[in-house]
Amino acid sequence: MGTVVLKLGNDISTDHIYPGRFMATVLPSETPQFCFADMTEFNARLRNKAVPPGSVIVAGQNFGCGSSREQAASTLKGHDLIVVAPGFARIFLQNAINLGLRTVICPEIEASEGDELEIGADSVTNVTSGKRFASQPLPKARQAIVDAGGLIPYARKLVVEQAS
Amino acid sequence: MGMTIVQKILARAAGRSSVAIGDVVEPRVDLAMSHENAALVINQFHEIYKGTGLEPHLWDPDRIAIIFDHRVPAESSKTATNQKKIRDFVAKHGIGRFHDLRGDEGGICHQILPESGYVLPGRVVVGTDSHTTSHGALGAFAFGVGATEMAAVWALGRVLNVEVPDTIKVVVGGTLPATVLPKDLILHLIGRISAEGANFKVIEFHGDTIERMSTSGRLTLCNMSVEAGATSGIVPPDAETVRYLREEAGVSDEVDLTGPDAGASYSETIEINAADLAPQLACPHTVDHVKPVVDVAGRKVDQIVIGSCTNGRLDDLEVAAGIVKGKRLAKHVRMLVFPASWRIYKEAMRLGYLSELIDAGAVVMNPGCGCCLGVHQGALGDGEVALSTTNRNFKGRMGNPNSEVYLCSPAVAAASALTGVITDPRG
Repeated sequence: MGTVVLKLGNDISTDHIYPGRFMATVLPSETPQFCFADMTEFNARLRNKAVPPGSVIVAGQNFGCGSSREQAASTLKGHDLIVVAPGFARIFLQNAINLGLRTVICPEIEASEGDELEIGADSVTNVTSGKRFASQPLPKARQAIVDAGGLIPYARKLVVEQAS
Repeated sequence: MGMTIVQKILARAAGRSSVAIGDVVEPRVDLAMSHENAALVINQFHEIYKGTGLEPHLWDPDRIAIIFDHRVPAESSKTATNQKKIRDFVAKHGIGRFHDLRGDEGGICHQILPESGYVLPGRVVVGTDSHTTSHGALGAFAFGVGATEMAAVWALGRVLNVEVPDTIKVVVGGTLPATVLPKDLILHLIGRISAEGANFKVIEFHGDTIERMSTSGRLTLCNMSVEAGATSGIVPPDAETVRYLREEAGVSDEVDLTGPDAGASYSETIEINAADLAPQLACPHTVDHVKPVVDVAGRKVDQIVIGSCTNGRLDDLEVAAGIVKGKRLAKHVRMLVFPASWRIYKEAMRLGYLSELIDAGAVVMNPGCGCCLGVHQGALGDGEVALSTTNRNFKGRMGNPNSEVYLCSPAVAAASALTGVITDPRG
């Protein structure tokens, strides 16, 4: 069960999630401080650890559009957030899966800030409103990476196989 | 069933006779490009090898390109230190296609790759930059990836688990009116299909307008295809591709002009009559918020930006210089010009374009991306409005969430610089 801590509209770009002026900071251990940096209140809550791990961001269509910056995925992953949206931009979705950030494609999702969501294998239940919404599987090409725990362990196994 | 051009490229790169849309393949990579974010790629590359007992090993240093362009010269000690780490890595591993901040070989990655002859038709190009879609202008399948994905490419030489994408066919016919440019065409298309209209798909450009268009214009189209969500844009290679590669990129190798099959299957076909197009603007704060310039004419602007990977080539500078030549910018306007590479900078200097821009009041900056993405030079003040030939206008894009960015062609930008308000260049 996770609480919806942020409700966003369509076309939230990676510039929103991780503004360009912080791009010199690259390491996943350092990017979480700049998560949604221009939304100063939400950013302060994150930095003050007032947002529990497993909290949910509910967004609109095309979440993560724009730049390929991986910081946009690592900054969210650093706070153990889950993103539920009707659709994601390609590179962001790929980065999220590669880094183990949980993303849920849920075309009909209806939720408000403060609602409690139960995220299942093929649906999202809004416990507060009592409504259940079907979710879609990830692109099949990416499920193997999720199953391996991310792209680093997935590639590590292949590198070892290649060397032997 | 016939194949699209990207199906053919992926089939060959995966060692198969054919692939169907939705198939999962692991294409071999011909060129792997990064910029300053190579600092993160290097970190993730070492992570892959952690605990294996193996020495980190690049699959092919000759197929890796690293170009410094996002923050040049370094804007902070942090960037400078990252750049130093990358230089050390490049030297240690013998990466040949490295373009540092240098007047003799530097510039913006999406200009350096084509002009250096690194991109050929039929090849697979990946880059840790979303505008890697640009290189489809030369008939390559070129797409953006994240840093960890690139680290796996550096180790393995192939992209893991690529789903063969569906393709939208865009057919453009007729002649673009005077001062209506390829930028207006791609803004129109993005406005028409939306910022996610081509998500997970390829846009294949066809039609007599495209056949007559220079590689420079095709680069603008493919560059901004990602703003409609496209995995890549691509123009089937033709005589113009060969001309560009021979005359401007110094390529003497045989060029493969394989195009799509006549019976290829497309998710949809969009037809555009070029003659009907007017100058376009992408209004704040999304790239698909597109209107004809006339609808917004008269809006006061503070900063004009001409350049970037989208519109910083010689023909773009020629258009802008031609409009401001012998005139002066409006008193309240500042105008920044970023040529896409030092080769273009020098050629524009030789042809007098830079003098004409400077005499009108423009400031010519070194080639780089910093202003476009708000990391370095040209930040906007609270409440200010920029009119820019770059590719994104998201809130805060030029370094300040309390400002606005409109996107346009070099002709609209230059005409508006003279008046200080958004102006239709057709007069």
